[in-house]
Amino acid sequence: MTKSTQTTLKSVVLRFAGDSGDGMQLTGERFTSVSAVFGNDLSTFPDFPAEIRAPAGTLNGVSSFQVQISDHDITTAGDTPDVLIAMNPAGLRANMSILENGATIIVNVDAFDERSLTKAGYSENPLSDGSLGKYTVYEVPMTTITTEVCKEAGVKPRDAERSKNFFALGLVSWLYSRPTESTVAWIESRFAKVELVKQANLRAYRAGYDFGETAELFDARYEIAKADFAPGEYTNVTGNTALAWGLIAAGQLSELPLFLGSYPITPASDILHELSKRKEFGVRTFQAEDEIAGVASALGASYGGALGITTTSGPGLDLKSEAMGLAVSLELPLIVVDVQRAGPSTGIPTKVEQTDLLTAMYGRHGESPIPVIAAITPSDCFNVAIEAARIAVTYRTPVIVLSDAYLANGTEPWAIPDVADLPKFSPNFATGPNHEKADGTPEFWPYLRDPETNARPWAPPGMAGLEHRVGGLEKGDGHGNVAYDGLNHERMTNLRAQKVAGIAASIPALEVDDPTGDGEVLVLGWGGTYGSIAAGVIRARARGRKVAHAQLRHLNPMPSNIADVLKKYPNVLVPELNLGQLSKMIRAEFLVDAKSLSKVQGMPFRASEIEAGIDAILGGAL
Amino acid sequence: MSTVEVPITTRKDWTSDQEVRWCPGCGDYSILAAMQALMPDLGINRESTVFVSGIGCAARFPYYMNTYGVHTIHGRAPAIATGLAMSRPDLNVFVITGDGDSLSIGGNHLIHALRRNVNITILLFNNQIYGLTKGQFSPTSEQGKVTKSSPLGSLDKPFDPVSLAIGAEASFVARTHDMDRAHMQETFRRAHEHKGSSLVEVYQNCNVFNDGTFEGITSKENRGSMLINLRHGAPVIFGAEQEFGVFRNADGSVFTDRISDTNRSTIITHDENVEDPASAFAIARLTHSNQEPTPMGVFRDVNRTEFGAATTAQIASAQALKGTGDLASLLRSNGSWTI
Repeated sequence: MTKSTQTTLKSVVLRFAGDSGDGMQLTGERFTSVSAVFGNDLSTFPDFPAEIRAPAGTLNGVSSFQVQISDHDITTAGDTPDVLIAMNPAGLRANMSILENGATIIVNVDAFDERSLTKAGYSENPLSDGSLGKYTVYEVPMTTITTEVCKEAGVKPRDAERSKNFFALGLVSWLYSRPTESTVAWIESRFAKVELVKQANLRAYRAGYDFGETAELFDARYEIAKADFAPGEYTNVTGNTALAWGLIAAGQLSELPLFLGSYPITPASDILHELSKRKEFGVRTFQAEDEIAGVASALGASYGGALGITTTSGPGLDLKSEAMGLAVSLELPLIVVDVQRAGPSTGIPTKVEQTDLLTAMYGRHGESPIPVIAAITPSDCFNVAIEAARIAVTYRTPVIVLSDAYLANGTEPWAIPDVADLPKFSPNFATGPNHEKADGTPEFWPYLRDPETNARPWAPPGMAGLEHRVGGLEKGDGHGNVAYDGLNHERMTNLRAQKVAGIAASIPALEVDDPTGDGEVLVLGWGGTYGSIAAGVIRARARGRKVAHAQLRHLNPMPSNIADVLKKYPNVLVPELNLGQLSKMIRAEFLVDAKSLSKVQGMPFRASEIEAGIDAILGGAL
Repeated sequence: MSTVEVPITTRKDWTSDQEVRWCPGCGDYSILAAMQALMPDLGINRESTVFVSGIGCAARFPYYMNTYGVHTIHGRAPAIATGLAMSRPDLNVFVITGDGDSLSIGGNHLIHALRRNVNITILLFNNQIYGLTKGQFSPTSEQGKVTKSSPLGSLDKPFDPVSLAIGAEASFVARTHDMDRAHMQETFRRAHEHKGSSLVEVYQNCNVFNDGTFEGITSKENRGSMLINLRHGAPVIFGAEQEFGVFRNADGSVFTDRISDTNRSTIITHDENVEDPASAFAIARLTHSNQEPTPMGVFRDVNRTEFGAATTAQIASAQALKGTGDLASLLRSNGSWTI
C-alpha cells in the first residue's frame, strides 16, 4: 500500500455527472450529507433535465450535481468544478465548457466504448486523442470493479452495474477523507428491504473507497477542515422542504389549520409532497384538477377560516391570476408560492430564472396590489413562509412568495431555530357586530377596517349574527354591499393600495453590507441570487473595490428605508436572472439610474460574473 | 347531522335586505322564492349555511339569501366550494351556477367535484342561453340556435347536464323546473340531505333572451303529457292518461311506448340506488330536445364515501399513528448534528 500525501484544502468544488438513470443526485446528496455532518460549510446545485429518462447516453440526458465544501463560510456551489466525476462520455462532454485548466477529471473508463462515445457526439475518444491535456485525468474501471465485487454476493452483472454510482461515491469519499460509517448505515437502512441491492451498494461503496487507498493512482489525498460554525444544532435542508416546514410552522404560530390546494408542477411539486406526508400536523392537502382549482380551493378554505395555500411555478401562476384578483377583492388571507423556472411558456422546467417578478407585481387586471416576498437562500424559505403567512393573516390579503428552481433543490446547513422563538400572530377573527343601524340595532359590516392595519374583519361562516355576503363585485366602503358608484370605487381602490403599502411599517429595514461605509457601488439583488452576489462582492473587495451589497426579500412593499439606501450610493448595480425586472421597478419608483446585470441561461450567476459586473459599472462600461 | 338545536325561522329570516336585480319575470325569482321558503324546513342554521356562486345571472343568488355567501369568479364556484366544504365539514354548502358557468368555463371543476363526491349541493340553473352577456348561445342551447354570436345558427352539439353528471358518476343527480315550486322544494331537500356531491338541474326560463324554451314541456297544459315523473320503486309511466311507459331494449337503452296489455309487465321500475350509472344514464338519454317527453325528479341517489370526511379520516389516522405533529421534531427529521 502506498501512502498518499495528505493535503489540506480550504474548499473544493465537486461535480458528479452521468446519465439521468445513474443516480447522480443521490450520490451528490449522500456526499453532501456526510460533509455536513462532518462539519464543513457547503452549498449544492443539482442540475438535471426535465425528462425523467432522456435517451440514455445522450447530452440531453445528463444529470449533474455540484457541491462545494469548505472550511469557511460559503454562499454558492462554486463557479467551476475542481473535480468532475463523469460516469459516461456524455457526462464529460456536457460539462467541458465549465471546466478550467488544471481541473481534475475522474471518468468511468468502462463507459467510454465506441457506442457511448458516438451517442455523446464524440468522433474520437477524448481519453486518447490528447484533447484533455489541460486536465488531470484519472481513468477508473468503475463498472468492471463494481460488477466483480458484486458477483461474490450473487448479484447479476446487469443489476450490479447499477451500483457503480456507489463506487464513485466511495472513491471520492476516500479522496476527500470523508468518514464512512454514516454512509454505510444509510445504505443499510435505505435498501433494507431488498437484500441484494443493499449488498451490491455496500460492496460497490467499499470497493470505491478501497480502490482509492490501494490503486496507487492518486498521488494525494485531501482534507477539508471543519468550518467555523456558531455553536448550535444544524440540519441540511432544500428550499422546497424548508418552505413546506415554514408553512407548517405558520399554521402552528397562528393556530390556523393549513389547507394546500395544488396541482403538480416542476419544480414546486416537492412542497406538495412534503406537506402531503405531514398529515399528523392537521395539514389538509388537495391535489386539484388544475392550477385554477388549486388556488380556488385554497381561497375557499381561507373563506372558511383556514390558512389557504397554493404552490406552483410560472405557467401555473398565470392560470391563478384571476383567483388572486378575487382574493384581493375579498380581502382574505391566501399564500401563493411561485417556484420560478425558465419561461416563457413551458420554457426549461428544471432550470432557474427570476422572470416572474413583474408578473407577481403587476400581472393581474385592474388595480390589484399583492404583497410579494422572495426567499434569498434555501433555508430562508422557512422564514419567508412564516412571514408570508403573517402578512396574509394580519392584513387579510393574498401574498406571493417567490422562490426559484435553484433554491428549491439546493441545500445548505441550517441552524435549526428554537420553535419557542418563532413569531406568533393571530387571525383575530370577528367575534360580533361592529356597527349600528340607524335605529341602534347592531349589525356586521364586513368591510369596516382596522384603523391601524386597514385590514377588514375576517368572519368565517359559523358565527350567528355575522352572516354576510362578499364577492368579486365592487363593494361599498364599510358595509360591503355591491356598489357601482364611481367615487366609492376610487375610494376602495385607494384603500386596497394603502393597505398593502402600509405593510411596510411592519417589515424590517433593508440591511446593507458595506464594511467601509463608503461603497462606490451598491449591488442590489433580490431573492435567490443572494449567494452568488455575496461571493462576487467578496471577490471584488479582495481586489480593493469598495462594494456594498443589499438583498431584497420584501419586493412589495419594499422596506421603508430603500429610497435612502439607494440615494447613498453613486452607482447601483442590479443583478437578476431576467432581463432587468427589479431594475425597471427601481428606476420607475425611485428615479435612480440603476444598471441591470442580467443572465437568463437557466443557471445561477457565477461569482466571477458578479465581479465582472462590478468592474464594468465602476469602469463606466455599464 | 349536527345535534345543535335549530331555532324556528320563517322565510323572512332567510331573506337578505338586498334588492333583487333580476329582470322582471325571470325564472330565477321562483327558484329563489322556493329556496327561501324551504330553508326553515331543512333543520339547519343560517350561520352554518353558505351559498357559493360563480358568474352569470344565477350567480347573484347568494346576495339575496340571509346566510353566509360568496360570489366568486366565472366557473370556479365548485372548486372554491370544494376547499370550503373539505375544511369545514360542519357547514351546509350550496353552489349556485348556470349552464355557461358550470358547463363551459367551469366544466372541468364541475366534473371533478362530482367524481370526488365533495359534500356540496349544486343547483344548476339551465336556461340554455347566456343571459348576463345579452343572449349568446350556451353549451346547452339546441344546435342551430340563432343568436347574436350565431347568426347562421349555432354548430355546437349541446350538453345534457344530467347525462354529464351521471357520466361523471355523481352520487346524486336530479332535475326539476322553475314552474313547479313543490317539485323544486322536494328535489332541493333531497339534494341537501344527500351526503356527498349532489347536482340538481333546474330548467329556468330566461324571459328576455330565450323566452318559452321549456314551454313545450313545463307549461301547465303540457306538463301532464310531456313530463316523465321519476319515482323511486314505481314503474316509469307518463302521459295525460298515464298511457305511456318506459321500456328497456336488449342493449340496455330505454325507449317510450304506449302501454298495452302485452308490454305492461315490461315497464321499467325506477331505482335511484343502482350503483352502476348506466341505468340512470339510459333514462337521461330519453330526451334530446325540449319537444320530447322529459324525465323529472331524482335520476340517481347512491351512497359513496364523502371526500372531505375521507381527508379528515386520513388526518386522524396519521395522528393516531404518529401522534399530533411536533414542529421541533419535524425540523430534525432530515437528521441533525450539533456543533
